[in-house]
Amino acid sequence: MDATRPQPPVRVLVTKIGLDGHDRGSRIVAAYLRDAGMEVIYTPPWQTIEAVVDLALQEDVEVIGISSLATDHLIVPQLLSALRGAGLGHIAVLVGGIVPEDERAPLIEAGVKGIFGPGTSRALVVDQVTQAASEARRLRNAGFWEKAS
Amino acid sequence: MNKQAVQLSLPGFDKAFGEWRAEYNRQIGEDRPVRNRSGIPVQPLYTPRDWSGEHYAADLGFPGQHPYTRGIYATMHRGRTWSQRQLIGLGTPADYNERVRKILDLGATAISFLPCNSGFRGIDCDEVDPALLGTCGTVVNTTGDMDEALAGVPLDRISTAMNDPSPFTLLAFTLGVARRRGIPWTSISGTSNQSDYLSHFIANHMFYRLSLPGSRRVLLDHIDFCRQYVPNWNPVSVVGQHMQQAGATPAETMGFTLSTALQYAQDCVERGMDIDVILRRFTFFFDISISFFEEIAKFRAGRRIWARLARERLGARDPACWRFKFHGQTSGVDLTEQQPLNNIARVTAQAMAGILGGLQSLHTDAFDEATSTPTVRSARVAVATQNILREEARLCDVIDPLGGSYYIEALTDQMEAEIEAVIARIDTAGGMYKAAETGLVQTMIGESALAFQEKVDSGEQQVIGVNCYVDEDEPHRMQPTERPDPVRMRDHVARFKRYKEERSNDDVRRGLDDLARAANSRTENVYAKVVEAAELGITHGEIISCLRRELGFGQPLIVA
Repeated sequence: MDATRPQPPVRVLVTKIGLDGHDRGSRIVAAYLRDAGMEVIYTPPWQTIEAVVDLALQEDVEVIGISSLATDHLIVPQLLSALRGAGLGHIAVLVGGIVPEDERAPLIEAGVKGIFGPGTSRALVVDQVTQAASEARRLRNAGFWEKAS
Repeated sequence: MNKQAVQLSLPGFDKAFGEWRAEYNRQIGEDRPVRNRSGIPVQPLYTPRDWSGEHYAADLGFPGQHPYTRGIYATMHRGRTWSQRQLIGLGTPADYNERVRKILDLGATAISFLPCNSGFRGIDCDEVDPALLGTCGTVVNTTGDMDEALAGVPLDRISTAMNDPSPFTLLAFTLGVARRRGIPWTSISGTSNQSDYLSHFIANHMFYRLSLPGSRRVLLDHIDFCRQYVPNWNPVSVVGQHMQQAGATPAETMGFTLSTALQYAQDCVERGMDIDVILRRFTFFFDISISFFEEIAKFRAGRRIWARLARERLGARDPACWRFKFHGQTSGVDLTEQQPLNNIARVTAQAMAGILGGLQSLHTDAFDEATSTPTVRSARVAVATQNILREEARLCDVIDPLGGSYYIEALTDQMEAEIEAVIARIDTAGGMYKAAETGLVQTMIGESALAFQEKVDSGEQQVIGVNCYVDEDEPHRMQPTERPDPVRMRDHVARFKRYKEERSNDDVRRGLDDLARAANSRTENVYAKVVEAAELGITHGEIISCLRRELGFGQPLIVA
């Protein structure tokens, strides 16, 4: 890939799955990413896993940011397997919010690329999403050429 | 500066003040500007020039007297301390029952009930991923579940606060339990917390289910029903907490909350209810942030404004209606996941602000509240914090002990002006219902939330352990997270499914038909039919899907 060619903006879906509706965090993160020049697809809370997979496919996102305050992180592993099942395994899933220390490892093992607790700075959020997106692009492009050849 | 006070004659004041000011300026060099969270500039010192006490009788009066700035009762905490009302709710009805009985054995006279998030979403336990059930509240979907949850609880002698959003199925289940046990509804007392649908629509998308007009109708029917049949129940708790948690400043929060109360009161009057009957049952629910003096001033100013609004604008004649009764919860937003034991200190400062602000009931957060539902150990510390403040720090000995402080009184006046400006802005927008419908309030809160976050990001607002005094070695958690026992939960869900198969389909059909008919009629009380449906064995999810169909579902208005 030509490194001098301008990259299209990062496409990121910011959403909440499960039962909780606390959205102060997801709204602030969405504003951070938008201000950093990314294309942010933002949804109201309580999305089903199927709805998130559909939206990720339609919007061709590179990153999904799941915001969780009240235990909805417990079903993120199911989101990851649904994404893989839909051929969207290249998408980077990041989790932000409240994830108790002892419940982090299962998420990382399931394929979550990063967990961001309260107090994470704007700079770190933008940086991590940017990196996650470029890795997702690389994986997607690799997958594309594999399929094509 | 308070203009009333400037004309005061204070012999020797000007000379001494000038000398202090010069010395202050010399020592401090370049002073840092300080503003509180509501944007009010904070001076280094307050004097009789800022508040003189000249208008003591009109502005403060005495406890139990209009305008209630110093407290809504003559004896305040010296006579009766605040109720300790810790939120509880976890797991299955049997899990809840174990915990609530323990609390009652320890002498509690007031309990609370927090349902599972699936209840807030309007669905039953058999429609949810089991991993999410009971992690944030108790799974109660039927009158039978409530009977089990409240086994051995003397319903006629205990006041119960329920997080029970529209259409108030938890109260309906409780009334069903009372009927089964032969307890008259007139002896049931407590509060429908989370009855404030506007606050849900604006700032807390936990609860949102019915369309805005549908929610308005159901709340009015609920108020009217309780007025007639459950007269010791408080059907409305106007909630400032959600808006402050979502980012509104303390002054904005108080303004929005009072505007919401005005909206509900006016709606009741339009329905033909007597203001003197319904207003005495209004209660309020606030967040107590760690902005210590600002919170005290917020509550004192709120009391004064409400007394005036209730008497002058709403025309209530009974002093019981002018009293601003409120429950306070220490703010979870100020708590940190990092260095969690620090939260005990934060909660102590917050609780003190609430107590000195004159609250009637208090929930202190547990130190691990930033990461999970409290454990038994952390919940004990939270209750002990209240006991220590009362018994050891002796915060209850003197009524409104900060009254007369130049700073507190000047700040109360300034907060009052800020709050009234917010109320005026909502009035101009056509009242709180309209302001929520158009997104005005959501936009204001979003701006304040972002502004506050930017202060934290820039380090202007320091948060210990987060953006300063960071200790990387400090373990985040002391102990593993407590989650409901998956086996007990699975059994509960299985029992629920069996229950649905075995009950009378005729009763279910009849109850739901009646409910749908009431929802579409202009004269029938739809809440009366919710109560009947609950007694017929109809579930929470069934009641809600019926009303959602008949009254419409409301998507939250998201303003980015």
